Amino acid sequence: MGPIIPLNAVSPVWAASLSPKLASRMQFGWTISVHIIFASLSIGLAPFIIYFTWKDVRTSEQRYARLRSFWVKVFAAGFVMGTVTGIPMSFQFGTNFPQFAEVAGELIGGPLAFEAKMAFFLEAVFLGVLLYGRDRVEDRTYLISSVLVGFGAWLSGFWILIVNAWMQTPRGYEMVTRNGMEVAKLTDPFAAFLTPRMPWMYVHMMNASVISVALLVAGVSAYIVWKKPDTEAWNTALKMAVVLLIVSAPFQAVHGDAYGRHVEETQPQKFAAMEAHYETGQADLHLLAFPKSPEALTDPRAENLVTVSLPAVGSFLASGGDFDAEIIGLNEYDENPPVALVFWSFRFMVGLGFLFIGLALWGGYLMYRGRLSDNTRYLKAMIAASPLGYAALLTGWYVTEIGRQPWVIQDELRTSEAVSSTLTGTEATLTLVGFVVVYVGLVLTALYTLKWLIREELQLLGVRESSEGRWHGPLPGVSDDD
Amino acid sequence: MMTDSLLPVDTYLVESLPEIWFGAVLFALGMYVVLDGFDFGIGILYATRTDEHERETFLSAFGPVWDANEVWLVAFGTMLLAAFPRVYSRLLADNYLVAIGVVLALVFRGLGPELREQRNDERWKRYTDYAFVGGSVFAPLLFGMLAGRWLFGEATLPVVLTGVGLVAVSVVTGAAFLAAKTEPGLASELRTYGIGATLAYLSGVIVLLGTVVLTDAGGAADTVLSLPVAAVVALSVAVGLIGSVLARRGQYRAWLASALALPTLLTILVAILLYPTIYPPTGLLVREVVVSPLALNLVTVLGFPVLLLVLWYFKFLYGVFSGPIEGEGYGG
Ligand code: HDD
Ligand code: HEM
Ligand code: HEM
Repeated sequence: MGPIIPLNAVSPVWAASLSPKLASRMQFGWTISVHIIFASLSIGLAPFIIYFTWKDVRTSEQRYARLRSFWVKVFAAGFVMGTVTGIPMSFQFGTNFPQFAEVAGELIGGPLAFEAKMAFFLEAVFLGVLLYGRDRVEDRTYLISSVLVGFGAWLSGFWILIVNAWMQTPRGYEMVTRNGMEVAKLTDPFAAFLTPRMPWMYVHMMNASVISVALLVAGVSAYIVWKKPDTEAWNTALKMAVVLLIVSAPFQAVHGDAYGRHVEETQPQKFAAMEAHYETGQADLHLLAFPKSPEALTDPRAENLVTVSLPAVGSFLASGGDFDAEIIGLNEYDENPPVALVFWSFRFMVGLGFLFIGLALWGGYLMYRGRLSDNTRYLKAMIAASPLGYAALLTGWYVTEIGRQPWVIQDELRTSEAVSSTLTGTEATLTLVGFVVVYVGLVLTALYTLKWLIREELQLLGVRESSEGRWHGPLPGVSDDD
Repeated sequence: MMTDSLLPVDTYLVESLPEIWFGAVLFALGMYVVLDGFDFGIGILYATRTDEHERETFLSAFGPVWDANEVWLVAFGTMLLAAFPRVYSRLLADNYLVAIGVVLALVFRGLGPELREQRNDERWKRYTDYAFVGGSVFAPLLFGMLAGRWLFGEATLPVVLTGVGLVAVSVVTGAAFLAAKTEPGLASELRTYGIGATLAYLSGVIVLLGTVVLTDAGGAADTVLSLPVAAVVALSVAVGLIGSVLARRGQYRAWLASALALPTLLTILVAILLYPTIYPPTGLLVREVVVSPLALNLVTVLGFPVLLLVLWYFKFLYGVFSGPIEGEGYGG
């Protein structure tokens, strides 16, 4: 039976001799990781933008105008980054995985084209109005534009996740030979678009985006409130974010638990990798797992871990009630995904999920006591937690995508068969390096942009910057921000 | 199966649906070349301005529309994938570095203006301007080269000339678009560039086609010597010259209309050179590589109404931002 395979995939030793396959996978994984951050920023910010715009148009209260203008700027910068990183995504199906594009073209081409026509145009056109058209259109048109931009973001998630869900649980097609190649022919559009995975993925992903953005908004608000406690606008934003978190964080855990059962049914090999379950048979549930030795980081077998486990509860959960249910182990397969990456990524995501529930409850308690904005410890915790939603979101995707290996289309097409046969290692390595350099720059500028926006906001609020570039505030005697 | 009753499974909705889709894919390409073309033109002409006020004027013409224009590239790519997956795969995989070059150039072009606004610092502005101008030059150059590879295969000179031609025609439309929207002084400077680029573009097209005839690049010599190609070239020359006269007379809106006809004619030329194959160097025919009836019927029924809606969005968008440029700078 196969050893624990491509852990090499993360080893820097490989860098010297990147094969087209490895370079393509790294490039795809890297570029989609950056893209997804901005895409989910748009998805998660959409409800905030619509709400602020609505309040601004309706009540003309200063605080909503201010929040709208700040977050629309963040949205706009994120949107541009989402756009420029999205276009390489759609090209890479052809440049790096042409066999995949050709085999799956009939199935994925439609949803991708609908995404462009139904969602991207909607977002791009009405964002133009939202950003530049405040004085050119009526209030109502302006408000509708904000709704359409948000709707476009959620719709684009819908179509792209149809594609990804199909790769996990492919349905609605048959294999035929065309131009000397085995390709998937669409036989049932309903089955192909609404695969069993789709509803799980859509709900979990949209909620993950909301959580991530709620944490970001909470972190930025906490920082500004910490610097200037009497700001009405940012106290409102902080409260909103915490309320959103109280709803979305527990929901994600409950939903994720059921989602895991669905994965066990549809992709048993991936589930086994998530639990590092090697021998077919009864499975324990590892509530907590710590590495006993450094070895466990690369080989998370039970004997290498210190675990807090519930015996047989793994079987119970995965089967929905049967303690003796047989869970297929990794030893049954010839080739397995890199178990350690999947196992630890899964734990990382779930661990963060529980942390977010804790933060939400703590915030709820403080709000109930009316002390949300003067508990410095809470404000600091929220500032520190602001990037963690994205960390959970990314690692969740690593579970999904790496856990599916060696398949790119589950049980139908192997990743190794999907990679371009004309691509050379040099070309692939060259572009990989190019994307790494450019996207690191891009992510850094995104962070700086956020920093500059916050600084501008603090200046508007009358908090002064000292010569060392550190903040000293709130200043006595500065009046209310409105 | 539920779809049986709704959509024919084994026959195309209409006999010529594969050809209609060939047309639809080229329509998306044409929209991209026309609309993002003038964005590229704005970016290139931006390099000729040193005055901060003028630069900001350019950026506020560019800001509200470029992103929507760029989506036509995505529409083109995904429609190609949906209808002709093999062409999409081979075109991008066979021309790997050029294709990746296009998207990286687009990254710089898109980010430049967005980032420029974020800071008031001379050096920062200079670097973001480099990104904007460099991206605006290289994106059409490389995209044109990709189109050249699509049409003519490996032949270097025709491929490069296609790239240069796309840059030139982008300058024409960019100049006309800006001239129609700015004050007369600036407009008359822009028309000089516009007329120069028109002449460069027209002679480029003629040299390109001449080279193709002489070297039979991609086996396209016969097609180039056909009547439809001659007609399109003659029309382009006529439109280009009339446009230049209109520009001289200061009739900028009319000039813009004629300028936009040039990339439209260019796309028609591409269509003629492709059909009935769809990737000439490989000899693949439209009918050979098209997806199965059910899949194509589905994207037709769901996609075409949306395409009409999209055209309405554009009418709305350009309606809102019609007339002279107001305000300054990217941030509006
Ligand atoms: C803020 C982000 C976030 C948080 C807090 C959680 N998740 Fe998650 N999870 C994601 C973000 C995410 C995601 C967006 O990254 C994924 C990848 C694919 C998907 O549909 O959602 C995901 C996938 C995903 C999968 C499927 C993997 C696959 O498709 O192969 C499972 C079983 C879970 N999650 C389970 C959970 C559990 C039990 C959580 C407990 C708290 C949890 N998630 C919190
Ligand atoms: C929803 C749209 C998505 C689609 C259609 C998609 C498709 C693909 C494809 C075609 C590959 C290449 C083949 C392979 O290596 O398996 C891949 C790999 C990968 N994807 Fe995704 N993906 C999507 C979303 C994501 C997201 C959001 C992330 C991360 C945040 C992600 C992370 C990765 C990683 C890390 C790999 C490399 C896996 C490996 O090679 O081990 N994907 N995906
Ligand atoms: C491999 C898969 C993916 C491809 C090929 C892809 C492609 C694209 C493209 C071409 C754009 C630019 C559209 C424009 O010009 O406006 C874009 C933007 C966007 N994508 Fe993706 N994408 C992928 C994965 C995802 C995923 C997993 C999501 C979310 C679930 C997502 C959500 C979005 C959103 C919301 C936008 C709008 C831009 C923004 O708001 O930042 N994409 N994507």
